[in-house]
Amino acid sequence: MGNYIKIDTISDDDNFFEKGLVNSLFAMQLVSFIEKEFGIVIDNDELDIENFQSINAVTNFIGNKLALK
Amino acid sequence: MRGRKIKCVVWDLDETVWRGILSEGDDVKLRPKVPDIMRGLDERGILQSVCSKNDFDQAWSKLDEMGLSYLFIYPQISWNPKSMGVKEIAKLINIAQDAIAFVDDQEFELAEVGGECPNVMCINSADLDGFLEMDEMNPRFITEDSTRRRLLYQDDIKRGKIEDSFVGTKDEFLRTLDMKLTISLAVEGDLKRAEELTVRTHQLNSTGDVYSYEQLRELIGSQTYEVLIVQLDDKYGTYGKIGLALIEKDGIRWELKLLLMSCRVISRGVGGVILSYLVNKAISNGAELFARFVPSDRNRIMYISYKFGGFREDGKKGDCIILKADTSKLRVLPDYIAIEEG
Repeated sequence: MGNYIKIDTISDDDNFFEKGLVNSLFAMQLVSFIEKEFGIVIDNDELDIENFQSINAVTNFIGNKLALK
Repeated sequence: MRGRKIKCVVWDLDETVWRGILSEGDDVKLRPKVPDIMRGLDERGILQSVCSKNDFDQAWSKLDEMGLSYLFIYPQISWNPKSMGVKEIAKLINIAQDAIAFVDDQEFELAEVGGECPNVMCINSADLDGFLEMDEMNPRFITEDSTRRRLLYQDDIKRGKIEDSFVGTKDEFLRTLDMKLTISLAVEGDLKRAEELTVRTHQLNSTGDVYSYEQLRELIGSQTYEVLIVQLDDKYGTYGKIGLALIEKDGIRWELKLLLMSCRVISRGVGGVILSYLVNKAISNGAELFARFVPSDRNRIMYISYKFGGFREDGKKGDCIILKADTSKLRVLPDYIAIEEG
């Protein structure tokens, strides 16, 4: 993610998208990365910006998905 | 594959482009038909590359000497299997393998590429007669964007090199480009390019619907439709006309029938910006904005753009998902890209 965003200027709750930091290619790559890295499939109804908008949101989302696996 | 159109021709060199084997010290001679074919393809906007088992520097300087090297992007000259080179070219240009033709004189190489990349069109170079007349090599229209397509890609390659050597984040890099997006109502002169976009674009395409020149001409004349064409420029030059949006307006119900963008601009954040622009336009007209999305094996990125751009699923019609924009608040447009209404 550091390729996209300055990691040292973002805190765990900052919204990447509201800060205008990223674009849809980033979003796609983030989604693909999570699916590959954690071996999960993200359904359409989970492709909600709320699950991906901050470091904390992504961590919680992955945690919940893995718990259900 | 019926109706397929080739976007890139990948040439072998020894005994295909020239007679003789360069690495065996032959005094190789350009095959007389080859330059005309290459220039013909170039003029119609079909990209070309090279995939040859040779020493890179030696082969490239030979192509230079023959006055052909300017025609090729992403040349793959090495001792690796040719299927690797062909796959690499598809990846770097960001096109599907079924849009690639591979030309070689050796059955072994044609079979190796055909085995590893079954969707690539393999052509034996023994007989090059009629090459330019093949249906696959003839786009329906030749537009301004197609005649300069190679140059547009070569500019992108230059930008990519600048980007690779840029120290900083992608976001900071985008800020250095001084990008300008021009969104205009399509006029008749844009329609060939608009049709070409509907035919050529798969990844950044919301429905996969193909619209013909004639259909688009009807739509631009209609009161209920708005056909928008999008051009992107930056300080290094133009990317050409890279996007198309088709909106049906039924009173205050606006429906985005089709949204697509050239894959050359996939890393520029343009899709989200166009969506935000359209949502804001709907809001300022007191309209609701719906969008059609038909999932394919390649366009998931569009779905994500919609969802992350504040659209929610609102229903389904057959294969088509109807999305609805949250119009309760205006979208903030990024400050690294200027928008002009043409």
